[in-house]
Amino acid sequence: MSDAAPYILETQGLTKEFKGFTAVDTVDLKVRRHQIHALIGPNGAGKTTVFNLLTKFLIPTRGKISFNGQDITKTKSADISRKGVVRSFQISAVFPQMTARENVRVALQRKLGTSFHFWRPLSSLNQLNERADELLDMVGLNKFADSVVGDMAYGRKRALEIATTLAMEPELMLLDEPTQGMGREDVDLVTQLIKKVSADRTILMVEHNLGVVSTLCDTVTVLQRGAVLTEGDYDTVSADPRVKEAYMGKAA
Amino acid sequence: MNSKIGYLVAIALLLVLPFVVYPVFLMKLLCFALFASAFNLILGFGGLLSFGHAAFFGGAGYITGHALKVWGLPTELGILFGALTAGLLGVLIGMLAIRRQGIYFAMITLAMAQMVYFIFVSSDFTGGENGLQGVPRGYALGFIDLQNDLSMYYFVLTIFIVAFAIIARTVHSPFGQVLSAIRDNEDRATSLGYDVDRYKLLAFVLSATFAGLAGGTKTVVFQLASLTDSHWHMSGEVVLMTLLGGLGTIVGPSVGAAIIITLQNYLASGPLGAWVPVVLGLIFVVCVLAFRRGVIGELQAFIRKSF
Ligand SMILES: Nc1ncnc2c1ncn2[C@@H]1O[C@H](COP(=O)(O)OP(=O)(O)OP(=O)(O)O)[C@@H](O)[C@H]1O
Ligand SMILES: [Mg+2]
Repeated sequence: MSDAAPYILETQGLTKEFKGFTAVDTVDLKVRRHQIHALIGPNGAGKTTVFNLLTKFLIPTRGKISFNGQDITKTKSADISRKGVVRSFQISAVFPQMTARENVRVALQRKLGTSFHFWRPLSSLNQLNERADELLDMVGLNKFADSVVGDMAYGRKRALEIATTLAMEPELMLLDEPTQGMGREDVDLVTQLIKKVSADRTILMVEHNLGVVSTLCDTVTVLQRGAVLTEGDYDTVSADPRVKEAYMGKAA
Repeated sequence: MNSKIGYLVAIALLLVLPFVVYPVFLMKLLCFALFASAFNLILGFGGLLSFGHAAFFGGAGYITGHALKVWGLPTELGILFGALTAGLLGVLIGMLAIRRQGIYFAMITLAMAQMVYFIFVSSDFTGGENGLQGVPRGYALGFIDLQNDLSMYYFVLTIFIVAFAIIARTVHSPFGQVLSAIRDNEDRATSLGYDVDRYKLLAFVLSATFAGLAGGTKTVVFQLASLTDSHWHMSGEVVLMTLLGGLGTIVGPSVGAAIIITLQNYLASGPLGAWVPVVLGLIFVVCVLAFRRGVIGELQAFIRKSF
């Protein structure tokens, strides 16, 4: 095991070109184990594309990705998730026609090894209910276990998404703007939640809300037009005039 | 609980119905109800619009017919052989189509089914335009003479109930959960570690197999396998039945099939005979515009609302 290695995730020269347009440009990213690492940058900087490359929803044009010292550049999406890198999506990703408990259970049930068993009754999944409810409890959704998710409020969907991601017991969680579109209260709740679940895990998150970044994140990488502009702790990065210009604009 | 009682009532009804209604008509209805239920597995629960299911339905019809007539296989084995062959064809077509999304999936399944159709048109064993005639019904379990319509009916009913139960179980199984997750949000299912293509392929193959079971059974009932069953019209008709009854509901497709088959039967013998497709088309349009969830879907929504 390479558990002792300081970096859980590394990319070398990661590049993605779309028909001549370079969305991600030779990015060398190093994510330290047990940190909360932020990826920030203006709209269209390529943050979501980096996530898509890391989880192989997009195939890199060039470059190398390694996780725990293992080359995962050619590994398929589903396999990456099984290795312990689980992502969330910028637009809330839930299963709207299922209940909250069923949502979490989908993430838990793969371990039973019965996911292809079309002859087995649904009740065979009930053994997972306790764990599913624990996870729902953790994100404050215990009251909504039996609610159909499609009708739930946006903030709750995002909380559910985190519970579902946690059900995978990921070593590395990739969160794409977990607080986007939320009111102040929900932002605080989700921030607390991320803090809570970051114990024993590494989190790489895209976040526009700099308040959230400054409270949560140990390291900040700034992306601009696909390339890394600078990297460091929040205070260093936010004091950098280039960052002010590129990212914070008039806020500086 | 409620649905259990509902199923028991339905089974009781189906047991006595042949004493009131012409059994051959009922058998036709059951075959199409099974075909639509099988189709619903891939469209309603897998979220994939196959436009080539006639290939499985009609293809199994020929295979079963050939197995019974030429090879002299026992009736059960002939039907089973037809269904399994349809399943195998499902593996082939599925492997080519399953990676495509939306309209491309529909187009590939249609193209493959047309290819299968042309093979049937030009093959000798299918009897071409005349169809494969004189398929013997044979004996169930080796001694129940299926030439008797009532015996044949209970034989078909048994096949229907068993197959319907397996389809219903598939929907309410660990596999069914993953399948609905994929239908709801494919990327999320992938990010939770599921190889979605493999789940979709299994759903497609199961769907093809049961469609084949329906086609093979129909051949035995009518002692005939014909080109109509593998024509693309049939692929369209099963879409219509499923949508009309209620996409993604367990009993909807059967209800849709019953409505369409009954209408076809009564309209064809009346003055509107030539207008059957137009009438069905109109019903379809009204259904899509006004009852988007289909008969059963709307009914469920109504019951849910009034509580
Ligand atoms: N599949 C694609 N095909 C072509 N161009 C793409 C594709 N995906 C992203 N892009 C382009 O790549 C650039 C980076 O997009 P990306 O979504 O990664 O930005 P982002 O940093 O996540 O922005 P935001 O803050 O708005 O979410 C954009 O200009 C976008 O239009
Ligand atoms: Mg983005």
